Amino acid sequence: MFEDSDRSAGRAQGLGAAISLRGVVKRFGPIVAVDGLDLQVPSGVCFGLLGPNGAGKSTTMRMLTAQALADEGELSVLGYELPRESKQARMEMGVVPQLDNLDVELTCRQILTVFARLYRVPASERAAAVDAALELANLTPRADTIVRELSGGMRRRLLVARGLIHRPRLVLLDEPTVGLDPQVRQELWSLIDGLRAQGVTVLMSTHYIEEAERLADVVAVMSEGKIVAQGTPAELVRAYAGEQVIEVYGPPEQLAALGELAASKRWQSRRSGPALAIMRAEDLDGEAPEGVRRPANLEDAFVALTGEEIE
Amino acid sequence: MSARAEAVGAQTRVRRVGRLEPAALAAVMSRDVVIFGRYWRATTFSSVVQPTIYLLAFGLGFGTLVKTIGNVKTIEYVATGTVATAVLFSSAFPGMFNTFVRWQFQRTYDAMLATPLDVEELITAEILWISLRAGVYGMAPLLVGFAFGLAPEWGMLLVPEIGFLTGFGFAAFGVLVAAIAKTIDNFNYITSAVLTPMFLVAGTFFPVSALPDGVREVALLNPLYHCVQLVRDASLGHLQLADLGHVAVLLAFALVMWRLAICQLGRRLID
Repeated sequence: MFEDSDRSAGRAQGLGAAISLRGVVKRFGPIVAVDGLDLQVPSGVCFGLLGPNGAGKSTTMRMLTAQALADEGELSVLGYELPRESKQARMEMGVVPQLDNLDVELTCRQILTVFARLYRVPASERAAAVDAALELANLTPRADTIVRELSGGMRRRLLVARGLIHRPRLVLLDEPTVGLDPQVRQELWSLIDGLRAQGVTVLMSTHYIEEAERLADVVAVMSEGKIVAQGTPAELVRAYAGEQVIEVYGPPEQLAALGELAASKRWQSRRSGPALAIMRAEDLDGEAPEGVRRPANLEDAFVALTGEEIE
Repeated sequence: MSARAEAVGAQTRVRRVGRLEPAALAAVMSRDVVIFGRYWRATTFSSVVQPTIYLLAFGLGFGTLVKTIGNVKTIEYVATGTVATAVLFSSAFPGMFNTFVRWQFQRTYDAMLATPLDVEELITAEILWISLRAGVYGMAPLLVGFAFGLAPEWGMLLVPEIGFLTGFGFAAFGVLVAAIAKTIDNFNYITSAVLTPMFLVAGTFFPVSALPDGVREVALLNPLYHCVQLVRDASLGHLQLADLGHVAVLLAFALVMWRLAICQLGRRLID
């Protein structure tokens, strides 16, 4: 049976949720970055926090490491109450930030060693942990190269390795593939997939729909400081964009006219580059205009939920 | 339920972390050591050469005019005064510049604070490292002095400790300035209006008794004055019970600056 003596004192009984945020508010002067956020991240899943820039994702990530303090609400990570027990929570958490904050003067090995120490990896295990992290990030041949001489992709991989040096059971990834070329993006995606396979809980914030769709078991759409919808990618698509979409291509005037027609008939539609996409095409038979039929995707659902166009 | 409980049970045997942990301090300092390893020549050069030039200029320059200053041989007076200068410059400047650069430009501190490290440990470790260096660099003027007739004395073994204590206060002061400054250019104000007068009005190259009333009293508030007196008394074998007063001032300065630095930089690091 479960031994209470093994548990550290003061931990809440949250066996299910790796992260629990209730009614969290964070203000920066007049700006409300996080506005009554309720978020439950179950253990062992890859949870995507999808939202446009300015939705409050990075602020949320900072609150999870207590580098920002919430003005209102309750937060707990891995059963530890934040910010009181944050230091203890950080022992079991890894963070891969959006901005590159690597020491440019140090080598990969040196950086990983410093962080292994910070995470209290026992001295006898440190060298092995560093080697394993270098392996994981595919940086073993560059172990003794200083960061300034690494490419952008390698630096990002080092950032990931640095957050995983102590084999945490929860990893926070803040926009992990921003600005990366497709090859490096794919490598990172396999790495993240690998983590999931090991039972590590991953909270990944992103504004790339494809990334959320591919990697996340559960996606929460965040807009203006709150969660507006949550579910598996398939559930979100079905709920907010239907099953099929008709894309109509044509000159701007024609699309504008079609847009007005759609509005008058209360069809759900959106402009998508050179086309007008009409959602829930399966309900329109008979009245549907000429166009290309395609399955609805998460991008359609996202735009429907947030009103934001994708860059 | 029980299988999952066992799995969680196995994971809950994670080490408890407390406040101001030596392991955390060592981790932060290990980074400083590595960086020092890369730049030790430049750091040592700047921390040693400048005070040495003062020593040679005042020592040799005035040494020909004046044989004693304040009942003490000129070389002894100037060498011991220069120790304080070396300590001041190798603690206040790194405190200001390193902190600012690492926090604002490199965001290194942000990365480290995502680990089980808190602001108090981070800042204390940085200050400790700077103080250790200041204690060591403080000996340089004495070594130069030996070449010019300064007599070695057992009390000089206390100089690194005095340098460490003084350096702690000034490094923390530097961190405090970095926390409050809006841009790195603001440091010019501190350097010209605070540090420069501070090292001149401390009995470093001439006695404070030579200064007008009012200014002399200000010198007593100057932690560097107390450092100079301590270093001089220790190096010349003149230590007395009254010197504990100097230690007390330096200790108080160190403690106050330490807490203020943590409070102010903490406010900037944590939103």
